[in-house]
Amino acid sequence: MKFKFLEHTADIKFRAFGKTLEEAFKNSALALVNIMYKGKIESNIKKKIEVKGKDKEALLYNFLEEFLFLLDSENFLLSDIKKIKIKKNKEYSLEAEILGDNVKNYETGLDIKAITYNEMFVKKEKNKFICQVVVDV
Amino acid sequence: MIEVKKISDVEWEIPKEGKMLVPGKIFASEKLIKNIKRDRTLEQVRNVAMLPGILKASIAMPDAHQGYGFSIGGVAAFELDSGIISPGGVGYDINCGVRLLTSNIKVSDFLEKRDKILNEIFKEVPSGVGKGGKIKATKETIKQVLEKGAEWAVENGYGRKEDLEHTEENGRIKNANSEDVSERAITRGLFQLGSLGAGNHFLEIQKIEEIYDEKIAKSFGLDKENITIMIHCGSRGLGHQIASDYIKAMENEYGFKNLPDRELINAPINSELGKKYLSAMNCAVNFAFCNRQIIMDSVRKVFEKNFPDAKLNLVYDVCHNIAKIEEHKVNSEKVKLCVHRKGATRSFGPGRKEIPAVYREIGQPIIIPGSMGTASYVLVGTKKAEEVSFGSTAHGAGRVMSRHQALRQFKGEKIKSELQSKNIEIKAGGWKSIAEEAPGVYKDIDEVVRVSHEAGIGNLVAKVKPLAVMKG
Repeated sequence: MKFKFLEHTADIKFRAFGKTLEEAFKNSALALVNIMYKGKIESNIKKKIEVKGKDKEALLYNFLEEFLFLLDSENFLLSDIKKIKIKKNKEYSLEAEILGDNVKNYETGLDIKAITYNEMFVKKEKNKFICQVVVDV
Repeated sequence: MIEVKKISDVEWEIPKEGKMLVPGKIFASEKLIKNIKRDRTLEQVRNVAMLPGILKASIAMPDAHQGYGFSIGGVAAFELDSGIISPGGVGYDINCGVRLLTSNIKVSDFLEKRDKILNEIFKEVPSGVGKGGKIKATKETIKQVLEKGAEWAVENGYGRKEDLEHTEENGRIKNANSEDVSERAITRGLFQLGSLGAGNHFLEIQKIEEIYDEKIAKSFGLDKENITIMIHCGSRGLGHQIASDYIKAMENEYGFKNLPDRELINAPINSELGKKYLSAMNCAVNFAFCNRQIIMDSVRKVFEKNFPDAKLNLVYDVCHNIAKIEEHKVNSEKVKLCVHRKGATRSFGPGRKEIPAVYREIGQPIIIPGSMGTASYVLVGTKKAEEVSFGSTAHGAGRVMSRHQALRQFKGEKIKSELQSKNIEIKAGGWKSIAEEAPGVYKDIDEVVRVSHEAGIGNLVAKVKPLAVMKG
């Protein structure tokens, strides 16, 4: 399972999974897009992104927020993530090659207002990484 | 489990205990308190009562439900010297709000052209996610909008000067410096000016179903013969980004270890960061005023095209998500406070200088949108609200069901046909957005406004019913 949604009255909560931290981050991004659009999205546009964060949670927050920003500023709707690399020096940093399409070609549903730190965690359980996120809708 | 004590048929109390600085106060009936107890609302009301500088009580409106930090429907006022300001007390959608227009167009005349008009409005007012705005703005333009609000719109040909008098803060809240808004937030605003967005935002054409107070309805220009129009939206991605930016900045500056809940991150009102947040939030407030003004202008143009003699007048535009510096009586002394209203409407009674001159003798108009396909209400502000709720009342119906549950339980097509059987036409970006906002996911709006009226924090004036709805 890449991700699953959990019950939350006003907002939307999901958990994303991965064998690596990178995979769990990637699946978090795919879960985020799934909230807005459930069908197939073409990969007509390729971009590189880079985000930083002082801890794993901050990195995840900034990573996901980047997709909301790209949606509003460039009409970019994510379809897939090709390369993704997370590094830890003084702080965490993430580089990724992302694919997607112009959102105007899709009948999207919900508007995500923001990523929140509400109930957020990034943890390793047995051999699996889990990211939990609540987004404000 | 948090204990609530019944004070009257419409008021409950969470007695002050532990770290609470003031008691909690909830305006609700037996029926509504049952709903409120289902999620974390009461806990959130209690947590807010622990924040520094809070005065009198942590208050929840009849439509309260769980939100980010503060409950939605949460009202709290803080001293300026020792108090705090909290983005979680305003919400992500800064100045989400609603405006109501009256017209000289007869209900029957509108119904003849309903489909055509609804289609034209859908074309003229951008909605949905990432679909762009009405205006292609530059960063410089956005900065002007952030400081001038709806005034910028009127100066640039969107609407009339008298619209400004009929908008809270005259459509331009002061102390808004665009320097306090990030590049990222401004960039998100570039393509969203004049757009409705998605989620619970809507545009409705309505008829007046019932008038409870003839005299006041007349002063507000409400006339049973003619249609009214309601526009509900906020500051879009720009406002969301400002909230996110300052939540992050406050966490970095102050940490959240001593807070009852991480989401209640805040800054002292007179700290550097607190002042900057207030100014940036005010910028988003202005963006939202301008946004609703431009949308209204698009709607007016559609009606003028279809009815050459059409006159659409703005009754009032109210904010639902805001923190404001206002004067209130505390211990019979007038003091300036920072009032947070998150999912609550200002309810000022007769005499307040903030109310437009035309309404000053009767109290401000309060506009409470229902959910899609149910009634909405017009109320009037009261002196009692100033005494018991820092001049605040409810803002809507309040959710009782998650969006995911709604998607499982309701089908968009079915809701559409049910609405049609009630003579309501709907046009939306997709079936899903209809299901997510199905009337069944909300509390009973009739009960919400009944409690407001009975508690005296906002008195009933009129009930309006949708004829046509456009959803994002």
